[in-house]
Amino acid sequence: MTHSPTIGDDLEDLIACPTCDALYRVDAPGNGERAVCSRCHHVLIAPVEGAILRVVALALTIVILLVTALFMPFLSIEASGLHNATSIFEAGLAFSRAHMVILSLAVISLIIFIPILRALLLIYVLTPLMLRRRPWPGAHTAFRLSEHLRPWSMAEIFVLGVGVALVKITAMAHVELGMAFWLFALLVVVTVFQDGYLCRWSIWHALEESPEPGAPPSLAPAEEAPAHG
Amino acid sequence: MAEAHPTHLLTARDAGMVACTDCTRVWPLETERCPRCGAKLVSRDGHSLSRVWAWWVVGLICYIPANLYPMLNTTFMGKTSGDTIVGGAVTLAMHGAIAVALVILIASVAIPMGKFVAVAYLALSVQRGWHTSKLRRTQLYEMVEFIGRWSMIDVFVVAVLSALVQLSVVVSIQPGPAALNFALSVVFTMLSARSFDSRLIWDSIERDGEEEDLT
Ligand SMILES: [Zn+2]
Ligand SMILES: [Zn+2]
Repeated sequence: MTHSPTIGDDLEDLIACPTCDALYRVDAPGNGERAVCSRCHHVLIAPVEGAILRVVALALTIVILLVTALFMPFLSIEASGLHNATSIFEAGLAFSRAHMVILSLAVISLIIFIPILRALLLIYVLTPLMLRRRPWPGAHTAFRLSEHLRPWSMAEIFVLGVGVALVKITAMAHVELGMAFWLFALLVVVTVFQDGYLCRWSIWHALEESPEPGAPPSLAPAEEAPAHG
Repeated sequence: MAEAHPTHLLTARDAGMVACTDCTRVWPLETERCPRCGAKLVSRDGHSLSRVWAWWVVGLICYIPANLYPMLNTTFMGKTSGDTIVGGAVTLAMHGAIAVALVILIASVAIPMGKFVAVAYLALSVQRGWHTSKLRRTQLYEMVEFIGRWSMIDVFVVAVLSALVQLSVVVSIQPGPAALNFALSVVFTMLSARSFDSRLIWDSIERDGEEEDLT
């Protein structure tokens, strides 16, 4: 896995734990294995077989689920002959009625825009890698941004919030769950899998190793070989 | 998982290098931007702790009114009543929804409070050079980063309730002023935790025995 560095290592063979700064010589683990920092236990490398293809597929699924959910009925209630329905977008806008427009914008960003943006950035970064092409311009910045957006993508927290809200209402009214609700529930599962396949180090490594302009494409697969040590 | 000899480990800084926390590559100490990913490189973020405390304080300032004012106002047959975070959880528990009341109390009270204490403890432990387990502190930090965002749940509950429960004169729910304070408090504490440079925890190995003030 990872070993203490020795004099004469090239910089590109070294890796520093982002959590505790411990320095290691990279000896990339095989798919399904993990390289863990020996002093702070931070997971440094955790490659998954076919990860890039899977992450692209799941990110695409996330975009489709989210965009579809926006146009589907979300929740509706009925009590004493009165009826009301809300879409996901309207749920985000709820705060603007109470003069909290900023909070509405924040909620819509956290549950819709940021998850979509993050998925699109991942697709942008990983599609050329999947096709064994040169990364598209700005791919490095895009990947860094998508990783920084990760904690702010809160669709899964929203789903739990919806669950709590439903328990609160069921006592006073009959609630109908719309298609958008189920799409969001599915989104949680897809996001968990996507983030499980996503090994940050492997993607940086792939972005670095991807063929230079003009290099014959047939050379590309051979570059994977030294990764297993 | 490789179990080397923790005390003999070399850090990037010991080796005269600076590590990129975005992509884990190392570069000569004077490098300013990571040539691989473009992130700004700092061996140790000297302003980390002052940013941690600044966000921590504004987060706390927002958290106090978030608990005093109602998160949502319910108008039932023309009569309006407000529910604070704790009040809302108590009402839920009295209606028998104990599990959901617990979710709210954990997400909106236990996690934010625990986060204030944990971040303050981590920052103080580095500033004062406390000798508590570095591994435990790192794990505490990773837990704070992982769990902290879940506090946002109550804001989403209020959003869904006030969008959905709009049954003309019979019953309607409006967001209360605490919702904005609470959301801000969650955002600020997340920023506070993210400002913390966890490498500082491990540096105290080298500084053992020295009286040094990091601020
Ligand atoms: Zn480490
Ligand atoms: Zn970098």
